[in-house]
Amino acid sequence: MLLYVVRRILYAVPIGIGVTFIVFSLVHIAPGDPISALLPNEATQEMVDEARREFGLDRPFLVQYAIWLGNAAVGNLGTSIGSGRPVATEVMSAVGNTFILATSAGLVACILGFLLGIVAGLWRDRPVDHIVNLITISGVSVPHYWLAIMLVIVFAVDLNWLPPLGIGPDRSGGWRPDWAHISHLILPTIATAAIPMAVIARTLRASVVDVLDQDFITTLRAKGLRRQSVLWHVIRNALPTALAVMGLQLGNMLGGSVLVETVFAWPGTGFLLASAIFQRDLPLLQGTMLVLSMFFVFLNLVVDLVQSATDPRIRRT
Amino acid sequence: MTVDFSRMQAPLPLIEDHGGPQQPLLIASGLRKEFRLSDGLFGGRTVVHAVDDLSLTVGKGETVGIVGESGCGKSTAARLIAGITPADDGEIIFDGESFWTPRARIDGERRRAIQMVFQDSASSLNPRMTLTETLAFGPRAHGVSTEKARAYARDLLGAVGLPPARFAERYPIQLSGGQRQRVNIARALAIRPRLLILDEPVSALDKSVEAQVLNLLVDLRDQLGLSYLFISHDLNVVRYIADRVVVMYLGQIVEEASSADIFAAPRHPYTRALFASKPSPDPRKRVSAPPLTGDPPDPVNPPSGCRFRTRCPIAESVCAASRPPLAAMDVGGTGHRAACWAALPGSGHSLSPRVPASVLGSVQ
Amino acid sequence: MHGTFGETADAETAIIPEMKHHSYSRVVLGRFMRQPVAMTAAGILLVIILAAIFANYVAPADPFQTRVARRLAEIGTPDRWLGGDELGRDLLSRLIYGGRISLSMAVLPVAVGLFVGGLLGILAGYAGGRTNMAIMRAMDVFYAFPSILLAVAIAGALGPGLMNAVLALSMVFIPPIARMAESVTTQVRSYEFVIAARLSGASTARIMREHVLSNVAGPILVFASSQVSVSIIAASGLSFLGLGVAPPNPDWGLMLSALRQSIYVNPWVAALPGAMIFICSVCFNLVSDGVRRAMEVRR
Repeated sequence: MLLYVVRRILYAVPIGIGVTFIVFSLVHIAPGDPISALLPNEATQEMVDEARREFGLDRPFLVQYAIWLGNAAVGNLGTSIGSGRPVATEVMSAVGNTFILATSAGLVACILGFLLGIVAGLWRDRPVDHIVNLITISGVSVPHYWLAIMLVIVFAVDLNWLPPLGIGPDRSGGWRPDWAHISHLILPTIATAAIPMAVIARTLRASVVDVLDQDFITTLRAKGLRRQSVLWHVIRNALPTALAVMGLQLGNMLGGSVLVETVFAWPGTGFLLASAIFQRDLPLLQGTMLVLSMFFVFLNLVVDLVQSATDPRIRRT
Repeated sequence: MTVDFSRMQAPLPLIEDHGGPQQPLLIASGLRKEFRLSDGLFGGRTVVHAVDDLSLTVGKGETVGIVGESGCGKSTAARLIAGITPADDGEIIFDGESFWTPRARIDGERRRAIQMVFQDSASSLNPRMTLTETLAFGPRAHGVSTEKARAYARDLLGAVGLPPARFAERYPIQLSGGQRQRVNIARALAIRPRLLILDEPVSALDKSVEAQVLNLLVDLRDQLGLSYLFISHDLNVVRYIADRVVVMYLGQIVEEASSADIFAAPRHPYTRALFASKPSPDPRKRVSAPPLTGDPPDPVNPPSGCRFRTRCPIAESVCAASRPPLAAMDVGGTGHRAACWAALPGSGHSLSPRVPASVLGSVQ
Repeated sequence: MHGTFGETADAETAIIPEMKHHSYSRVVLGRFMRQPVAMTAAGILLVIILAAIFANYVAPADPFQTRVARRLAEIGTPDRWLGGDELGRDLLSRLIYGGRISLSMAVLPVAVGLFVGGLLGILAGYAGGRTNMAIMRAMDVFYAFPSILLAVAIAGALGPGLMNAVLALSMVFIPPIARMAESVTTQVRSYEFVIAARLSGASTARIMREHVLSNVAGPILVFASSQVSVSIIAASGLSFLGLGVAPPNPDWGLMLSALRQSIYVNPWVAALPGAMIFICSVCFNLVSDGVRRAMEVRR
């Protein structure tokens, strides 16, 4: 097991390096000279040359990459063009807000998805299964940004129960678990949780059905095991698959947060990324992407390790 | 309806004989194959010697059976000989010509000389092709026109007992196991090989169907002058079809002899145990004591010396010391050979036969 | 010697019911048509696609014609049946025309992903060894990004535009399709019928064409088709962020983004473009589910 952990971590290293390379390349696939975005339009040729030297853009591509990677490793992600503040500071302040949203949406998605999946699997082909199927088909197909708008229309505009956007009553005090803040959290949570919830429910239903069809369950039932005990066996056998899907869906939630955070003006990493794109703030785009994707690589690693701990049959090399 | 290949218009020519009747059709020498299970993190390797220094011959028109427990390397040996799995070492001589070595491989027409029939399974036939398409594929790959190849395919179906009027346009899923196996045999024959390697060809079939397929194989062999390398774990089947039998244990040959000799007088304790475990239909011959106890040893770390010694009832210290050679068991040249110290004169094993004076004389 | 096994093989056939010799694709089509939900979804998609293709004949009004008096008109207004948008253009016509861009933007990336990813995956699967390692490790790197995030970042770096969006989305669909193609091909390659074909001396190209492709195409296509519903959400998402086509053009994601400002004035009109995306996504999902079910081998 220890050997597997070490190998899986070593396997993540080249992936991580590849990811940083792609993130670095983002700036270079952008049309035009990256410098032109940094300087005012009326900049002279000397100013451009000066800036090129300053940013190391006159060096070979791979050298630039190495320098950038070295800086990123010590937390220097460059300076945001829009705000003039260090990118690392901008990203770090946004990460906390995304963390709040991701945690609450992740909890909702996992709990609801787990319950719906188990219920549908246990009562396969009964009415409750069909209802869950309807919910999950809609869930995996819904454009979450549209769902977000619909939620705002119903609960904020029509019913006026919940605030339509923002993270709290004021932006200064930081997040506290009081009603003023939680009420702002509810709608973004639902919009973010919809897709992962549906995917988790569908996967879990499939694996519950799969386990129920296996011979050993028939044996357990024939031996006269009580329903609850059979249920426990079913859950234990369906758990590894469910865990893997949950992990991956939490990662994909990060991707979805770009749009949901934009709709709700939630000041997280997704919102930051969207505004970096609008302002063509390439260092900010690069820095945000780096942090998010490295987190995703880390998450994949954790999922694999947890999964192999719960089920030794599936060990990827 | 009988099989009549002489009336069929085969679109591919026979591969002509080079070496004459005395030249063995197949000589496999020193075949070796290791599988690396997983490369350890710090260069530590686990290596399984699936086939270790295996040599055998198949004469023209001869059927050689390979028997052994599952995992003894008989299927790997089959795939090595056919050239599916590249070998680490060794050589195949086919009718006096090099068929493959680890570095070179025969090209062109003569490649079709060795074909293989696999154990029946869902994946033995292409589920997307009709039987005609499946049988026409090989000849077409050798330049036969589609039209001719399809006509030949229908003839072949008839020859293996599947009336083409009803079977030509069927898909594999519409066949029973026995019928699928007939198609597998027809596919191998379609490009007119001289040696068929049959890897457990009847193991997945019912007993009654098994007999039909075995009879078909015997008929085809006699009509087409084929040679067979027949791999099976079923001793009754091997006894029925094989002229000569090779017994494998942990990647090595432990005994080989003509079918009559080996079933009458097995010399290796493993062969004896294997034969004793053969189920007999006669209840009076039922044995209650297991002839062979314990699992085969870990192939990653095989025992020193004779690999069978850990389960052998007559193992002695000499067996652990060095590996017994596959040596001739009699002077008469019947080709009965076994790799056991107890059967080898003068080996130092307490059961080893005393050396006959005549042999001593001829050696000195 | 035995002479009669022709007859014994006949006796064996008695166990297997006589089946009509339909080709595989017709069997699948028949099974698909027997699923009412999937058929309904396919019907709805067909209507939307046909309407988009023949938009000049179907649409009641010019999608670019603004009319101040009809700004954010209610649903059911005489010449604005599904209401007017923020500039008073006919929303129904814009929704019909919008299908052209929105659906192309959803299908094209999957098509590119299918072609490039399928090719890479089949190559990796059939070649095995180092080729496989090189291709699949490169795919793993792209896999290591949350999908929409990668599309947003690439499109964001490339700047807005239809081609840029399609390119960015294609990068999202190549790795999963390649991974799928690789695993199916690796599996098919190990089947005895492929080994037998190799033994017969057939060329790799011929084996690929006649044995491998026909067996891997089905699963790969089904998987790709299941990605279209993901693609339409992602593609409209890019448009929603302003990374797709430029404003006067009708596109569902862009329309949703523009009408979002009007949710306090006329919320239900604002919700319509998103509903189109939702309907298409659901239908693509149901159709691909149906195809998958129809292709399942039942014995």
